[in-house]
Amino acid sequence: MLEVKNLEVAYGRVNAVKGISFTVDKGQIVSLLGANGAGKSTTLRTISGLLKPIAGEIWFEGERIDGIGAHKIVERGIAQSPEGRRLFRNMSVEDNLKLGAFSRKDLSGVKSDMERVYDLFPVLSERRTEAAGLFSGGEQQMLAIGRAMMSRPKLLMLDEPSMGLSPIMTQTIMDTIRGLQSEGVTILLVEQNAQAALSLAHKGYVLEVGQIMFSDTGAALLGDDRVRRAYLGAD
Amino acid sequence: MPALAVGTDGSARVKKALDVELFFQQLINGLSLGALYALIAVGYTVVYGIVQLINFAHGEIFMIGAFGSFATWVIVGKPTDWGLGMTLGVLLPVMLLGGIAASVTVAVMMERFAYRPLRGAPRLAPLISAIGVSVFLQEAVRLFFGWIPGMPDAKSAIPYPTLTGVSDGSIQIGGVTVQASAIFTLVALAVCTVFLWYFVNRTKTGRAMIATSQDPDTARLMGINVDRVIVAAFAVGAALAAVAGVAHGLRYGNIDFRMGFLAGLKAFTAAVLGGIGNIYGAVVGGLVLGVTEALASNYLGTTAWKDVWAFILLILVLVFRPQGLLGSKAVDRA
Repeated sequence: MLEVKNLEVAYGRVNAVKGISFTVDKGQIVSLLGANGAGKSTTLRTISGLLKPIAGEIWFEGERIDGIGAHKIVERGIAQSPEGRRLFRNMSVEDNLKLGAFSRKDLSGVKSDMERVYDLFPVLSERRTEAAGLFSGGEQQMLAIGRAMMSRPKLLMLDEPSMGLSPIMTQTIMDTIRGLQSEGVTILLVEQNAQAALSLAHKGYVLEVGQIMFSDTGAALLGDDRVRRAYLGAD
Repeated sequence: MPALAVGTDGSARVKKALDVELFFQQLINGLSLGALYALIAVGYTVVYGIVQLINFAHGEIFMIGAFGSFATWVIVGKPTDWGLGMTLGVLLPVMLLGGIAASVTVAVMMERFAYRPLRGAPRLAPLISAIGVSVFLQEAVRLFFGWIPGMPDAKSAIPYPTLTGVSDGSIQIGGVTVQASAIFTLVALAVCTVFLWYFVNRTKTGRAMIATSQDPDTARLMGINVDRVIVAAFAVGAALAAVAGVAHGLRYGNIDFRMGFLAGLKAFTAAVLGGIGNIYGAVVGGLVLGVTEALASNYLGTTAWKDVWAFILLILVLVFRPQGLLGSKAVDRA
């Protein structure tokens, strides 16, 4: 479904991503793991069209999408919930969700999808006219995921959805992600919380300083000594 | 002059009444001047809110609007004797549309060729480009307006058409004279403010503008075409500036290729006064600036000092309330 080939991205003269390749198959949860500065967010931002690669290609459903413009990539069916959630803080829950559906023209579909988000996250439903900035971290993360879902994406990219959340809230978010996947949404999940991510992922890629060090199935990586030492705190 | 007379004789009472009338006369003068500033100020603030650029060529967009409406008047056959109904119903709307078309076209081209290539460049670059555009537009009108068939030479001021009931009429309320052009300016500001409110809050492009001003990258992740939002911001600002251009022509009776300089500076002051980035701030800032100028030049010296008071007000606001009277939506991003 998504194929990234030899992708290189630079900020000025600093190469943040140095020729990575990976694939995401339809219906799967694929996880990119790595420490801060490994190039995970840069990769997602490039797929979304916010950054231009200096080399390499990105293919989505058989078409090349690098360089076509961020809004067109959303129209093709890729949504992102960015790192740090990036909600429109002084807009209401409802307005945030509406902006998530900006690229859509089927108003009745938007309405029913909004109800679906409210069913998924009842907390948001009860306070739909309140400003997004007034919500707790976990609730904001729910809204960020809900907002990304509003474009009815084929591929949903989540950048560190567990950041700053309690273990219980992290579990809730991970359950939500699994639920979305079971409904047929393909998911590319960027995480520092390797335990949480790998227990969900069909496939994982481990990034270090802009390169993919190794990849395997989620279960295999969870048992891999190198991953356990580096990301799971085992010795 | 303040009325200090406490005498019981009639003359003191008359003097006091005159002073009240004078005050209201200055107030209405100030409000209509301020409405003119406000119409221009919106363009500074909308563009700043989206791309953080002070578009110093915006005063020239106002000037282009005035010339565009003038050219439209020439094209429809220089009518001066149309009745009030035809003037208000046909001539004035047509001239407004002509001015708006000219301003919006120039503003969109300016964005495309002078600012868009500099997106992502250090902030100083588009600012210098703006000054370049400003000089270019002034000189282009000065040198080439007269080359257009039927148009007069624009190397000095051109008399603006006198429209029946709009440039020459006035009404009396008590002892206060309200010029028809002042009524036009205030009504135009009211209509434009309602239009802006509707546009920003009730249209998709308007919502996209708010989202883009708060967080451009995230706006793009929502599927918003930020390039189009930026063009829309320039176009909206240009349309209002064109209305101000017509108002200026009706108020002062002439237009000039240099008219955008001081008006633009004042409107920029108004935008900062209200809180740059905040649309309603620009409206409030314009009105406050206009009233301050009118009252200060009446009570604190001669009219020659009115620009001094305007910029003293700007300095005071920058020192004591740099976010402006209504604060700014652009700076409270998370």
